[in-house]
This record gives sequence, C-alpha cells and structure tokens, in this order.
Amino acid sequence: MSPVNYLYLASLLFTIGAAGVLIRRNSIVVFMCVELMLNACNLAFVAFSRMHGNLDGQIMAFFTMVVAAAEVVVGLAIIVMLFRSRHSASVDDASLMKL
Amino acid sequence: MENLIGLLVAAPLLGAAVLLCGGKRLDRAGHWLGTALAAASFVIGVVLFADMLGRDGEERALHSHVFSWIPVEGFQADVAFQLDQLSMTFVLLISGVGTLIHLYSVGYMEHDARRRRFFGYLNLFLAAMLLLVLADNYLLLYAGWEGVGLASYLLIGFWQHKPSAATAAKKAFIVNRVGDMGLSIAIMLMFTTFGTFAFEPVLAGAGETSEGMLTAIGLMLLLAACGKSAQVPLQSWLGDAMEGPTPVSALIHAATMVTAGVYLITRSGAVFNGAPDAQLVVTIVGAVTLIFGAIVGCAKDDIKKALAGSTMSQIGYMVLAAGLGPIGYVFAIMHLVTHGFFKAGLFLGAGSVMHGMNDEVDMRKYGGLRKYMPVTFVTFGLGYLAIIGFPGLSGFWSKDKIIEAAFAKGGTEGWILGGVALLGAAITAYYMTRVMLMTFFGEPRWKRDASGAVAGASPQRPDVEPVAENAADADTAHPATGAAAEPHPHESPKSMTIPMIVLAFGSVFAGGLFSLNSSFVHWLEPVTGHDHGHSPLSAAAVTSATVVVLLTGVALAWAQYGRRPVPVLAPRGSLLTRAARRDLLQDDFNHVALVKPGEYLTRGLVYVDAKAVDGAVNGTAAAFGGLSGRMRKVQNGFVRSYAVSMFGGTAVLIAATLLMRAV
Amino acid sequence: MSFPLLTVTAALPAVGAIATAAVPAAGRVAAKWLALAVSLATLVLAGVVFARFDPGGDRYQLTESHAWIADFGVRYELGVDGIGAALIGLTALLIPFIVLAGWRDADVPDAEAGDTRGRRWRPTQGFFALILMVEAMVIISFAATDVFLFYIFFEAMLIPMYFLIGGFGDRAHASSEDEAAKQRSYAAVKFLLYNLAGGLIMLAAVVGLYAATADQLGEGTFSLARIAEARASGELELATNTERLLFLGFFLAFAVKAPLWPLHTWLPNAMGESTAPVAVLITAVVDKVGTFAMLRFCLGLFPEASSWATPVILVLAVISVIYGALLAIAQRDIKRLIAYASISHFGFIVMGIFAMTSQGQSGATLYMVNHGISTAALLLVAGFLISRRGSRLIADYGGVQKVAPVLAGTFLVGGLATLSLPGLAPFVSEFLVLVGTFSRYPVIGIVATLGIVLAALYVLVLYQRTMTGPLKAGLEKMPDLRLRELAVAGPLIALLLFLGFYPKPLTDVVNPAVEHTLSDVEKTDPKPDVPVTAHDAEAAK
Repeated sequence: MSPVNYLYLASLLFTIGAAGVLIRRNSIVVFMCVELMLNACNLAFVAFSRMHGNLDGQIMAFFTMVVAAAEVVVGLAIIVMLFRSRHSASVDDASLMKL
Repeated sequence: MENLIGLLVAAPLLGAAVLLCGGKRLDRAGHWLGTALAAASFVIGVVLFADMLGRDGEERALHSHVFSWIPVEGFQADVAFQLDQLSMTFVLLISGVGTLIHLYSVGYMEHDARRRRFFGYLNLFLAAMLLLVLADNYLLLYAGWEGVGLASYLLIGFWQHKPSAATAAKKAFIVNRVGDMGLSIAIMLMFTTFGTFAFEPVLAGAGETSEGMLTAIGLMLLLAACGKSAQVPLQSWLGDAMEGPTPVSALIHAATMVTAGVYLITRSGAVFNGAPDAQLVVTIVGAVTLIFGAIVGCAKDDIKKALAGSTMSQIGYMVLAAGLGPIGYVFAIMHLVTHGFFKAGLFLGAGSVMHGMNDEVDMRKYGGLRKYMPVTFVTFGLGYLAIIGFPGLSGFWSKDKIIEAAFAKGGTEGWILGGVALLGAAITAYYMTRVMLMTFFGEPRWKRDASGAVAGASPQRPDVEPVAENAADADTAHPATGAAAEPHPHESPKSMTIPMIVLAFGSVFAGGLFSLNSSFVHWLEPVTGHDHGHSPLSAAAVTSATVVVLLTGVALAWAQYGRRPVPVLAPRGSLLTRAARRDLLQDDFNHVALVKPGEYLTRGLVYVDAKAVDGAVNGTAAAFGGLSGRMRKVQNGFVRSYAVSMFGGTAVLIAATLLMRAV
Repeated sequence: MSFPLLTVTAALPAVGAIATAAVPAAGRVAAKWLALAVSLATLVLAGVVFARFDPGGDRYQLTESHAWIADFGVRYELGVDGIGAALIGLTALLIPFIVLAGWRDADVPDAEAGDTRGRRWRPTQGFFALILMVEAMVIISFAATDVFLFYIFFEAMLIPMYFLIGGFGDRAHASSEDEAAKQRSYAAVKFLLYNLAGGLIMLAAVVGLYAATADQLGEGTFSLARIAEARASGELELATNTERLLFLGFFLAFAVKAPLWPLHTWLPNAMGESTAPVAVLITAVVDKVGTFAMLRFCLGLFPEASSWATPVILVLAVISVIYGALLAIAQRDIKRLIAYASISHFGFIVMGIFAMTSQGQSGATLYMVNHGISTAALLLVAGFLISRRGSRLIADYGGVQKVAPVLAGTFLVGGLATLSLPGLAPFVSEFLVLVGTFSRYPVIGIVATLGIVLAALYVLVLYQRTMTGPLKAGLEKMPDLRLRELAVAGPLIALLLFLGFYPKPLTDVVNPAVEHTLSDVEKTDPKPDVPVTAHDAEAAK
C-alpha cells in the first residue's frame, strides 16, 4: 500500500480536528480535537519518515508525543479549574480577554 | 601712568559693588563712600590729564592692556583701555559732573530710605560710562554701552513702586536695545571685514574697505547712536525717562549718557569719513531731531520734560555736527562738553525748584520763584543764557561754531542744514525763555486762593512711604503732602547749591576758555582731525544771524509769557501744540505700528503653538488612538475566533511560501 | 592602568542615590544632608576632572576602555574633551544648588505621611535619590565615547526624569490637587513620549551605524575613536544617502532633547508642572546632553551630512530663537515664560554649533554652560517666589521688591543674565554665537540679533509685572530670601559675574576641542575681507 494514502488519512484527521476546534464549544471536545490534530501530524511524520527512508520523522513524532502529553497535563488542569470556577465547560463562557 | 586708567573705572565699580552688596550697615555712610569714590575717579582723571598735557599732541594717547577677555580662535576681545584726548575730555566731564551730582544727591535724596542703593546705582553708572569712553575696542565699548543702559534702567525706575516709573524704565531699556542691536551688527560687520574690532586697526583699515561696507557699518553705528542719544526715530524714551530722580536726569539723561551716541560717531570718524551717504543720514537725523526736540520742548508744561525736549534738540545739534565730518567733530564734542555743564546745571536747578515746591513739576503752578530761591534763580539763569547762546557764554561759542560748520558743509545741503540749525537756535531761545519766565517770573501761581483749589496734585516724588517709615524725618523737607498743603518755596541746602554754582561757572566760562586760541580744536585735532571747510558766509555773518534769531525767539516768548499772565490750566492750544504735548505723537505711532501688531503676533503665536505645533503631535496620537479603538474589536474573547484567525494566518503563510517556491 | 576618574565621578552619585533611597522613613533630614554631601563630593571630583584636563593634550583625555558586550562590539569607553569636561563641571556644579533649592519641595506634612495604608512612603528620599541618579547618568553621557554606551544612558535618563516630573509636581498650582496631578501626569507622559520617540529613531540609526561598520570593517563597532580612524584611512566610507539617514536619526533625537522648534512643546509643560529645581534639572542639565551630542556625535560621525543639513537646521534654529522669545512675551505663567526663553536660547546654541565656525562653536559650548547657570539663577529664585505665594501666574504678583528687595534683586540679575547683559556670562557666549553665525550666514545672524531685543522685552516685562508697581494684596507678609535660599542665589550670581568678566578658564579648555570638531567637519573660519594690514602685523608683534 502506498504511504501516500497515510498522508491523505493524516490530512483528513487534521481537518476533522481543526473543524472541531473551530466549531465545538465544549472545552473537552475542543481539547480532544487538538489532540486529534497532533496525532494527525504524528501520522504524517511517520509516513514521511517511511517515504524518505530516514528516521527524522519518527524522532519528531516522539517529540510531538512528549509535547502532547505535557499539553494534556496543563490543558486538562486549566479546563478543570475553569469548570470549577464557572460551572461550565463551554469555551465561550471564558471570554474574559475581550475588551 | 597706564595703570591708573584701570583705576578710573575700578573706583566707582568698587563703590557700586560695596554699596549694593553691603546691606543696611552702610545706610548711614554709604552716600559719602559713593561720592568719595566718584571724586577719586575725578582726581585720577585730573592727574592723568596733567600727565597728558606734558606730552606732545601726537603722543598723548595712553594704552593699557588689562587682560584678555574673550580669547577664541580668530576672535580676540581684550579688556584694554585707550586714553587719548577724546577719551580724556569725556573722563573729566563724566567724573567731574558725576562727582558734583553725587554731592547734590546727598541732599536731594536725604529722606529716601533707599539712598544707599541710589548711590550704588550712580557709581555703577559712572563705572560703565567710563568704561564706554575708555575702551580701546568696540566690544568693550559695547559692554559699557549696555552697562550705562542698565544703570539708566535702574535709576529711571528707582521709584519702582510707581507704575509709571517702572514702565518708563522698561521702555528706555527696550528702545535702547533696538539701538544696541545696531551696535552689535556693526561689530559683527567689522569682525567679518577686518577680522577685529579694536579701534586702531578698524579705523586704520577703513580706508581700504569698500564704501558700501563702510556705509553699512556707519548706518548701524548711527542706529546705536539714535538709541542711546534719543535721536529720531528712537527718541521716544527720553521724555518718559524724566520719571527718574532729578539728579539722574541731570547726570545721565542730559550731561553724559545720552551723549554717548555723539562719542560713538566721533570715535568712528574714519568709518564715516569714507561713507558720505552714511554721513548724510547722520546729518538728517541730527537736523530732524534738533527741530523735533525743540518743538516738543515748546509745548511741555512739565519742567523736566521741557528740558528733556531741549536735551534731545541739543544732542541733535551735536549729531548734526558729527555728521559733517572733520569740519564738525571738534565742535560736536565742544558743544557736548558745554552742554554737559549748562544742561546739568539746568536740571539741578529744576530739581532744586521741585525740592522747594513739594515735587510739583508743572510750570504753570510755579511763577515768581526768583524771590524765594535766589541761588537757584541765578544759576538757572546763567544756564539759561548759556543754552540759548547768549554771546560770551559757553553755549554761544559751541553752538555758533556748529551753525558755521553746517553752512561750511557747502552746496544746497549746507544751506539747508545751516538754516535748520539757525531755526533751532530761535526755537531754543523761545522755549528756554518760556521755561525761565514761567518758573521764576510773573505772579506766584502756587498760592492758594480763597477756595483753596490751586496747587496741583501730581507730586513727582511719591516717596511718601519711605518717609512715613522714617517718622523722625517726616517734618522736614519732604512732608507727606497731598493737594492740601500750600508749598513753601525755599532755597535748597548747601550740598545742592554748591554743585549748581560750580556748574554755572562752567556754563559761563567753559566755552570761552575752549575758544581761546582755538585751544579745544588743537587739543582734539590729533584724534578727530579738523577741517575748516568753505563757508559761503563769513563767521561774522553767521554770528550776527545767530544773535538775531536768538533775540527773535526771546522776544516771542516774552510776548506770550512775559507780558501776559500765564494761565494755570493749559489752554487747548493749536493742533501742533496738542501734538507736541503728546511728543508729536511718537508714542501713538509706536503703539499703532509696533505694540499692537506685536501683541496680536504673540497672541496668535500662542494659539499656533497650542493648536498647530502641539496639535500636530496630539493629532497623531489621537489618530493612533482611534485606529486601535477599531482594531480592538477583533479581540472578542472567543477562542474560536482566535483559532480561525490563527488557521487563516497559517493558511496564508503556507500559501505564500508555496507561491514563492513556485516562482 | 590609571585611576578610573570618570567612572568614579559618575558612579559616586549613583551610589549616593541608592544610599539616599535606602534611608528609612524617619531619616528624612539625614537623607537630604546625605544627598547634599554626595553632590558636593561629586563636584569636587568634577573639579579634579577639570583640573586634570590638559587643554594642550590629546583630544580625549582620562580615557578608560573595557570590553563590554564583545559580540556586538560594544565597549565601555569613557573620555572627555574640553566640551565634555566643561559640561561635566556644569552638571556637578548645578546639582548641589538643585538639591539645596529643593530642600523642602518633596516634604509632606507628617500627618499626611502617616496616612499611607501601612506602606513606607518616603518621597523625600526618592526625590533626592532620583536627582542624584540623573546626575550620574548625565555625567556618563558626557563622558561616553562609545555610541552605544551613550545611547543607553541617554535613554535611561528618561526614567528618573519621568518620576521627577510626574511624582513631584509643583503643588503651587491648579484649582485642586487632583487637577494638578492630572496636568502633572500629562506633562510627564508628554516628556516621556517625545523623548522616547526621538530615542527610538536614534536607536534605529545606532543599529544602522553598527550594520554599516560591520559591513565595511568586518566587525561592527560603536567606538568613536575606531570609527574616526576608519574614516580617516578610507576603510569606512558611508554612502551619501546612508550617512544622511543616519545623521537624521541621531539629530532628531537630539533636537527633541535640545529642544528645537517644532519639537519643543514638551518643554513648557514639563517645566511648568515640575518644581523649580526639577525644571532646572531639565533645562540646564538634561537638555544640554542633546546639544552636546549634536557637537560630538552628529558632527563627529557624519561630517558631510552635517554640512548638507546645515541650512535647514540653521533656519529651524533661528525660528526657535525668535519664536521662543515671542511666545515668552505672551506667557502668563512665570515658569512657562522661562521655558520659552530657554527654547529661544537653545536656538542660539544650535545655531552656534551649525554655523561651523570656531567662534560659533566655542560660543555654543560656553552658551551651554552659561545658560545652565543663568537659568538656574533665574528659575530657582522664581521658584522661591512661587513657593511664597503659591501661584505661578504673573498676574498674582506685583510690587514684590518693596517687601523682598533681595529676592527682587537676585531675580533681576538672573533676568539680566537671561537677556545677555554684558558683564554677565551669557553675553560672552551669545555674542560669540552671533558673530560666528554672522561671519558665514549674515542674514541668519541679523535675524537672530532681533532676539536680543525680544529677550529684553520678556525679561523686563516679567520683572516689571512681578516686582515693581504697587504691592499686590496678600503679599504684605512675604518674607525675603532666607539663608538657604541666599546660599543658592548668591554663588550662582557670583559665577555669572566671574564668567562674564573672565571667561578665559572656560575658553582655554573649550577652544582646542572646538578646533578638533571643526577639523572633523573639515571647515575653516571665513577670512576677513580686508587682508591683514601692516598695522595688524605690528600689533601681532
């Protein structure tokens, strides 16, 4: 099977993730969509690694996983704090930055 | 001997420093210290004079380099003195008359709480004036020039609590500054032309310079002279300067400072000799002022202002003479010296009259004072005879020579200038006779009638308060009067009459002495040069013409003021009289032409500064503020919209990168 | 390695500032004395700098040079020429008077000081610490021979100045304390924005200069000496346009600081709202860095561009002279009047610098010193006057000379110095500037001469309205100068007189530096029209 198909899959997953981030209001869902985008990138990295015949992409994928893990830790903590203070997981309720 | 020159200036300068910084401790003896230092200057002057007489004409000048003042590459300004015959003449006049007036002031200012300061200022004036005439370069002369301006400012405004005095002082300084501008431009022109502004190289180099440049320098020097010597068009300050105490008017605004312009022109003779156009302008200024001042002098009822008009007119004579070139320089200076005697004497006399009349200055409220003030009457009378040019007295010798010299200029100019000078002599005789008659002759107009409504309520010296502070003295010469008390004319104390007597001697004999064997001409000739010119009229003809116009003037005044009683309230008078009372509308002209437009200009600029200059900056700030107000609407706080812009931005970036690759 | 005299001179007030700031709240008086002692010690050190400076020696003396940020070629290089030495002397001289004059300006009543929500509020300590901090920065700016080093302190000066203007305003004004605070903060922000904007443009030019040197010399440098050497040997040749742009970048910053028309509007606000000692600090000390930098950096780094810009700058300068004077005449507020008078005087200074003659530049340098002293004398006495009545408006005064003759007398002398009366120091410099300008640009010189008439007008009108005439109601009890105030006014006036009669000590130091600067721009003085006559030759012997 051609590795190009993996790239199609990766871009499909990324698009689904991006659309989710833009459209959904539930912060947990938004968060999961971000994860989806990260994993789409991982898939693309691994695919490229296979296509080019070197390990650079795989190494980058590991980096991404580490960063994603860190992001989960921080991100979930923020979401929990938000939920505690506002009793809502909607991202639109946390619009304090606007002037 | 050279070292003594510096002392001439240093003595009064020391006096000024001590008196002004010394504080109240010196209040009791300060005036004597000031007088002593002025006298010291005079004594040094006499010593130097004796020394100078011991040498031949060409070798009489002394030079003394004291220190290097402003040493900058290519620009050497030194504090260096030059004492030649011209400076010597002035030194003796300034320190001599100055000492007498110090002495006079001891009596005159006796009851003024700020007498110490007055003497400090007088000493400051002497120092600056001596610096002016002793400087050996134009920049040092300029320092003295502004120094006398400062002293004049301080002394005119000595009674600062009177708004009119403060205004007059400011006016004098500012009008003088306009003239000073001319002097500084002249110095700059000299510097660019000759690379120096010391007298000797400039005057020696004048012959090698283009006439255009000399004319420019000459006209700028004339502007300076106009300011200091109250010549048209910068004459307006002198009348107001009479707000100062009378000794000041006598010393500064009659005998010495106002003649500095004549000194400047004479000193720069070489420049003017090479610039006939500038000379012509000088003579025109002199002639116009001579008539202008005389007309103003005819209309004033304030004795000091009448004398001020006369001063302007007499300086007009000197400037006219100085403009004639080598024919006239010597006579300009000779008239300057004799004028110094008789005009100082006249002012001191006027001060003495005011002293006895509760500081009343309106001559219409004088009359018949000769019985009450005999010494003043006689000295003032001698000064009067001198100024109108009564044959044999000082003024006759000097003024007659100027009229002769004016005719000797030759051509149409000579006839016109000579004619104007003669006319001036007639008017002089008229207004001085008027002053004399109104003050010392006729019925006493200061006596109260039954209704008690006579004596004027315009005391010239409002030193009411200092007197009140000094209650012990309040009963003597300057009681704090209003209109209520009738004046008791009385003769002034000795310290005041002695200077008047000395000056009267000068008024009588100085001219004759100077003319004996043309001694004055020979004395100054090595410095100023002398030329007899070609007079179309014989000396005898000019003299007789002078005497005739003189008698005409006296007769006219007698007809008007001697035969008829003088009305206490001034009649309305003709259009000319009314204009002359307002100084021929000089202030009105200045007000309309300079003051008002200036006010509008400054106010307009304040508006421009706030609205346009500052506004441009504030406008820029406001524009940024408005822009950011729009931009901030993008920040709506919704994560989604931020994410959209982020994705959009990323998409644009990727597209751009791909596009760049493709190209 | 010799003793780092310049560093110590600059560091002493900085250390003093920190020490003053650290004095506890109760030691208010101790803080004042400490600040005064430090400023006097700095004066002594500056005196040593002045004495050690040898006019006949090298261009830059007492030099120090250390690597600092080696990667960017930034060095810690100090050195003074005659101009720098004179201005360091001026700065060190004025600060003790500023401290002494501001002795009570930052004090708050004890009752008020107690009510500070538990925080330790020490305005007095802060006031004097900030003044000393400014002194340190100004001194190092005058001594820096590395462009980047100069830039840092040129900009850093704004911070303490901002707090001095905004934090210690003139209490004696406005309808209410709130209103005063509002105007004060407006003035402080305006000061900061103007100077910051100028400074940022200069930063761009500094970076540009680095890029140009890095490009042509292989390694970037900010050292004046290195750049001058490279230019002389032809190693470094800036393209005409590059040089002009860089020049403009530097010049704009200095013209804001100087301040030159039309970038002047921050000065009247800043001087009007701050206390008199701070106003003196602004106009007599800090602003001098601007004109000084024009001489050292604009002319020194960009000679061709300086000549190129001269006509425009001279016109702006002469506009400043006349415009400042005319606006001064129309002012109703004593301090704003003096501010506009200063704008006029800065016009003279800039004119003298760009006339490119030795008289003009020597005059301009002397002018910086003399203007500092004369403005300090006038403004500090005006401050004493204002503190007595609690108003800055001219109309609130009148007849003061009757109750306070010494105050009026010192005020008059300060005023006469401002109008450049011969015998007082500013005359010497003003005349030199006029002569120097006139010998190359006669029309500009003559127009500027009008300034001397206008100066007489604004000074004497101010004196007349405040000091003469009948006594205004409410002033009957006005006390005359106190001992502390006399200790401020007296020495300043004595200095004005001394430098007016005998400016030689200053000109001796300044002249060689000016010759160097003129040789930077490759200009010589115009020769007189009439060749040296036989008489001159005689006189020369």
